[in-house]
Amino acid sequence: MKHTLSVMVENEPGVLSRVAGLFSGRGFNIESLNVAPTLEKGVSLMTIVAHGDESIIEQIVKQLRKLVPVITVKDFTEIKAVEREMVLLKVNAEDSKRAEILRITDIFRCKVVDVSIDELTIECTGDSGKIKAIVNLLSRFGIKEIARTGNVALKRAMQID
Amino acid sequence: MELTGAQILLKCLEEEGVDVVFGFPGGAVIDIYDAIPNSSIEHILVRHEQGAIHAADGYARATGKAGVCLVTSGPGATNTVTGIATAYMDSIPVVIFTGQVPTPLIGNDAFQEVDIVGITRSCTKHNYLVQDVRDLARTVKQAFYLARTGRPGPVLVDLPKDVVNQKCTFDYPESISLRSYNPHLKPHIGQIRKVAGLIRNAERPLIYSGGGVISSKSHEELRWLAREMKIPVTSTLMGLGAYPGDDEELWLGMLGMHGTYSANMAVHNCDLLLAVGARFDDRVTGKISEFAPYATIVHIDVDPTSIQKNVSVHVPLVADCKSALSALQKELKAVKDEVNWQRKHEQWLEQIAEWGRLHPLNYIDDEEKIKPQYVVEKIYEITKGDAIVCTEVGQNQMWAAQFYKVKEPNTFLTSGGLGTMGYGFPAAMGAQRAFPDKLVVNIAGDGSIQMNIQEMMTVVCNKLPVKIVILNNGYLGMVRQWQELFYKKNYCSTCMEAQPDFVRLAEAYGAAGYRITEKKDVEKVLREAFAVDKPVIVDVRVAQEENVYPMVPAGASLTEMLLV
Repeated sequence: MKHTLSVMVENEPGVLSRVAGLFSGRGFNIESLNVAPTLEKGVSLMTIVAHGDESIIEQIVKQLRKLVPVITVKDFTEIKAVEREMVLLKVNAEDSKRAEILRITDIFRCKVVDVSIDELTIECTGDSGKIKAIVNLLSRFGIKEIARTGNVALKRAMQID
Repeated sequence: MELTGAQILLKCLEEEGVDVVFGFPGGAVIDIYDAIPNSSIEHILVRHEQGAIHAADGYARATGKAGVCLVTSGPGATNTVTGIATAYMDSIPVVIFTGQVPTPLIGNDAFQEVDIVGITRSCTKHNYLVQDVRDLARTVKQAFYLARTGRPGPVLVDLPKDVVNQKCTFDYPESISLRSYNPHLKPHIGQIRKVAGLIRNAERPLIYSGGGVISSKSHEELRWLAREMKIPVTSTLMGLGAYPGDDEELWLGMLGMHGTYSANMAVHNCDLLLAVGARFDDRVTGKISEFAPYATIVHIDVDPTSIQKNVSVHVPLVADCKSALSALQKELKAVKDEVNWQRKHEQWLEQIAEWGRLHPLNYIDDEEKIKPQYVVEKIYEITKGDAIVCTEVGQNQMWAAQFYKVKEPNTFLTSGGLGTMGYGFPAAMGAQRAFPDKLVVNIAGDGSIQMNIQEMMTVVCNKLPVKIVILNNGYLGMVRQWQELFYKKNYCSTCMEAQPDFVRLAEAYGAAGYRITEKKDVEKVLREAFAVDKPVIVDVRVAQEENVYPMVPAGASLTEMLLV
């Protein structure tokens, strides 16, 4: 099962490779990893999406906590969270297709961030399902390039079922 | 007053109570070496950096203190990697200082540059590259703190040459607190009560103790629990000595692949298994799905990652073994006299004794050939079990573990997790430095002793009278045993056809050398060798194709033992 882990780390040299090395060294699967500084100086937040059964995820969480520069680890599978990722898609867009592409972009509340004679670059934000859907829909026009962030996530303020 | 980084480093070591450093100099650490004579630190010059790290490890295991190793950049640093991994697998507190090229050159493939922090990231508890002399003292303090606390382990500090030369005022932090590092030491009292309840109700309890009991110095608490509640004890290789090996009533010997019949049968049949400071290694459990099938398993360990890693346990208890066992003791003291434990466990203990009688730890002795087990028994008799014994890895190690009845913690030093051939001799060197007046014996094989034989010069030069007993069977015996049993005797590359003359080798280094070829000479010559006041090699020509039994084939259940 897929788990989104939110990992607060001391932003010191080598911390990324400690985390990445833990996954590769112990044979854990990592789907995406996103790192960026937080508001607190010297602290970064990593959002890791990993696969595995319960016992593997338990080991991943424990092993992450064991790393000295790791401050906290939260598993957002047990907590309600907002999760988003972003994708940039460069799509073939000759005149005949352009209107249809723009309509899809509109439905998905995406933004066109770059235009040329026969291409559109579209920015789309959403959870992984939405990203999958738009990639799917636009692929028939021919996606020339794709750049995706990993997942980022925050705990929801109200934990309502 | 401002001090150089080198001076600061040595001051830090003094503050940490370090009296000896094992090392080897080089360009990147020459400034540190320049400052050593003006400090109280003794430096022992090894002949290879692997010797330095194992010696620091042996020193740490024998004393329970942190061992320290100092080497130069590049090859000096990479030569310590095996030793670092050895210490990491066995949770031994060692602090390694490596030289590094000057910071402006880092990343330029400079002479003798390696990214040792990158290389050792997965085999250290933590490691540091110090980039500013003002961070040095705090980093060293943290390194020792991390190495010693929680689940101990090796910590490496990489010191660029320019940092060591920069100056700043020396201010040693009194204490350290890291918000991201808080070892869980105190046990959960609810869990403790649960365990106490389980002990009260168990009919067939068994203690399975590991290296954690030794590193947390909780052998007294463990002994109390076993003796007062009449609970039999088995142990991992790493845990030998926590419970006295000469206690015939409750001690079952080691468990696992080369464990005793009674220990493995007891694990299989117990209804309560108390795992204390052990981590359910595959060499211990055999086939996981058939491990302790009837038992409620309690697992006490300071490292949460050890719990539920290999075996799913019923009562996890994350805590330092000492505080957990003390809390358990407190809880049990209240009810201790309500139960006649001897009577409660009589049937169980009788069953265990029966297994012991059925298949005791044994070997078929020979009139003429010297059996390696016989040699280990003689070492035990002569030393009365009071020596510090180190082992290499392989058959020598298993025979030592089986036939030398380790009585006290910190007196049996062996590479358990990593299984590092070449560990025993330099570790013995470190232990001998820590205890100059104690008899330190390295039980070796003819294969592994050659992996760090160069340290003969170090022990001779530093008057460390380590006694090396080579169980010389002319084979890489453990691999040969596997080839015999599972590979149709295809003895590929395990026969040591060509060997040095170990006696003359010892003499060439200025040590004493003995050879034993006749069984009748074993005791006499060993006694003589142990009485010599300098390093000794005793080359004992033992039966060549002797196997270690019992043996649980890899992947088999603990009850499927091959016996003598």
